[in-house]
Amino acid sequence: MNENKEEFIITAENVCKTFPNGVKALRDVSLSVKKGEVVVIIGASGSGKTTFLRTINQLEYVDSGRIIVDGQDVTDPKTNLTKVRAEVGMVFQHFNVFPHMSVLNNVILAQTLVKKRSKKEAEEVALEFLNKVGIADKRDDYPGNLSGGQQQRVAIARALAMNPQIMLFDEATSALDPEMVGGILDIMKRLASEGITMVVVTHEMGFAREAADRIVFMDHGQIIEIDTPDNVFKNAKSERLRQFLSQIL
Amino acid sequence: MRKQNKGKKLLWNIAFVFVLIGLGFFIYRASLRINYSWNWRAVPSYIVYHSIKKIDSPVNGVVLGHSKDTLTIKSLNDKIIKLKVEHTKLKKGDKVGKNESVGFDSHYQAGPLLMGLIMTLKISLASIIMALIIGFITGLMRISNNPLLKNLAVTYIELIRGTPLLVQIFIVYFFIGTIFNMTRFIAGAFALAVFEGAYIAEIIRAGIQSIAKGQTEASLALGMNYFQIMRYIIMPQAIKRVLPALAGQFISLIKDSSLLSIISITELTKAGREVVSSTFSPFEVWFTVAALYFILTYTLSLLDGYIERRLAQDE
Ligand SMILES: Nc1ncnc2c1ncn2[C@@H]1O[C@H](COP(=O)(O)OP(=O)(O)OP(=O)(O)O)[C@@H](O)[C@H]1O
Ligand SMILES: [Mg+2]
Repeated sequence: MNENKEEFIITAENVCKTFPNGVKALRDVSLSVKKGEVVVIIGASGSGKTTFLRTINQLEYVDSGRIIVDGQDVTDPKTNLTKVRAEVGMVFQHFNVFPHMSVLNNVILAQTLVKKRSKKEAEEVALEFLNKVGIADKRDDYPGNLSGGQQQRVAIARALAMNPQIMLFDEATSALDPEMVGGILDIMKRLASEGITMVVVTHEMGFAREAADRIVFMDHGQIIEIDTPDNVFKNAKSERLRQFLSQIL
Repeated sequence: MRKQNKGKKLLWNIAFVFVLIGLGFFIYRASLRINYSWNWRAVPSYIVYHSIKKIDSPVNGVVLGHSKDTLTIKSLNDKIIKLKVEHTKLKKGDKVGKNESVGFDSHYQAGPLLMGLIMTLKISLASIIMALIIGFITGLMRISNNPLLKNLAVTYIELIRGTPLLVQIFIVYFFIGTIFNMTRFIAGAFALAVFEGAYIAEIIRAGIQSIAKGQTEASLALGMNYFQIMRYIIMPQAIKRVLPALAGQFISLIKDSSLLSIISITELTKAGREVVSSTFSPFEVWFTVAALYFILTYTLSLLDGYIERRLAQDE
């Protein structure tokens, strides 16, 4: 039992969350993610995918239950959240790049502030990851002059530059023009194959099928099914998952 | 079409100039009717005047020479004395007696209105700095989750915005100023700062709240702390956004500083009152005072425009 727990880098146990307006966004959600695993969360709009993802780095606090990230209970008020968060990169639907800074400085800032890297070192790391996401040539541009796809690349480089153990993606391609989606998904697939732990919320079933180790299906704040892509797409156990898949495929 | 529009615009602009001239003429005619005798000639001397100082020799002696505004005198006991004298009729070899006039020195000196303007500038600057500090802190307190901080900020802002500045100046000067033994200047600058600070707090609050939540969330997700997020992410964007409002508040502050004349701070308005009471040119003086205020505020507004344009270049 103990040995098993060690290899899980994220463990959520009986997580419940009700918003002040009375919406029960998470009802008793439990999920364990192994190191290096790629978990894709699917489900209808409003099923609690985003809320659950955000509890992992505590952008959303929980009402009850525990979440252990890299050995630290993030739901414990005594835990130093900034430390854990630096280990968990997050990519948002709406990029959230910093509009008042050049692309390069977007990627440098948190490295120097949080990782205490020197400006020079941070710049080297920044360029490495800007290259990796194919946007190093825009290093001196401001985000306002970039397309959505380019901004999302900057956001991914910004997260990766912190050398996180875990990457969270919340519908990273939903706000993009269709012709930009492929490029971002390719970057995500490449990351997945490189062995970084990923939890990905997406409506891109192609990505889920190709890149996921396991797929989590959520409905009305609950996890209904967790299985391999093959099983999910070919022999879904629950009626709700079959219904959901038939609607979107 | 285009051309026609342009022509029309020019016409309206010409009309504008005529209306201005007409207004000026009307004021002039109106003043004739009340038998006002304009005396603009004295006005420049309220701003700067040429002061002439007679200079007397401190000793009995002989003039050695005069060059570069310096008169050199050798006293009877062979001491060399140098005096700063711009204009003199004395030549080398002339004898001078003790306390005898050797010539005069002239220089430009700030008149009462310029002194007042400088005081207005000083007190406004001191008060802008204090108001910014107060405004920043209470603005942050206002959006804090801590009820103590939040309620303190709300109470301060509501009290200040709900009472007249003049009354606040009296309270600060007579009450707080007496308790803490403040000088007139400090009490005045502080009263203004406390007043404008409440408005600046609201401007800062609105600025911070106008920055999308996603900015804070992305920063938190990167492991940044509250201070870092404020300092590097929120404030730079918020200040840029509220710069016009802040500049407007500074302009208000400069104008409101005229109320400090009530506690005998000789700033521009009080200087104006003093000049009026010792001359008989209230119209000229008040127009001049207004013009001087306008020069200050308009400069500020130009400066704001310049900074905004500079900041708009990034992005
Ligand atoms: N800040 C909030 N305050 C109140 N209710 C919220 C808040 N955030 C989410 N909710 C509600 O919680 C439920 C779950 O929302 P969540 O964003 O997690 O869904 P989701 O699965 O990510 O949906 P989508 O696919 O549309 O992004 C929804 O009913 C939503 O309206
Ligand atoms: Mg969502």
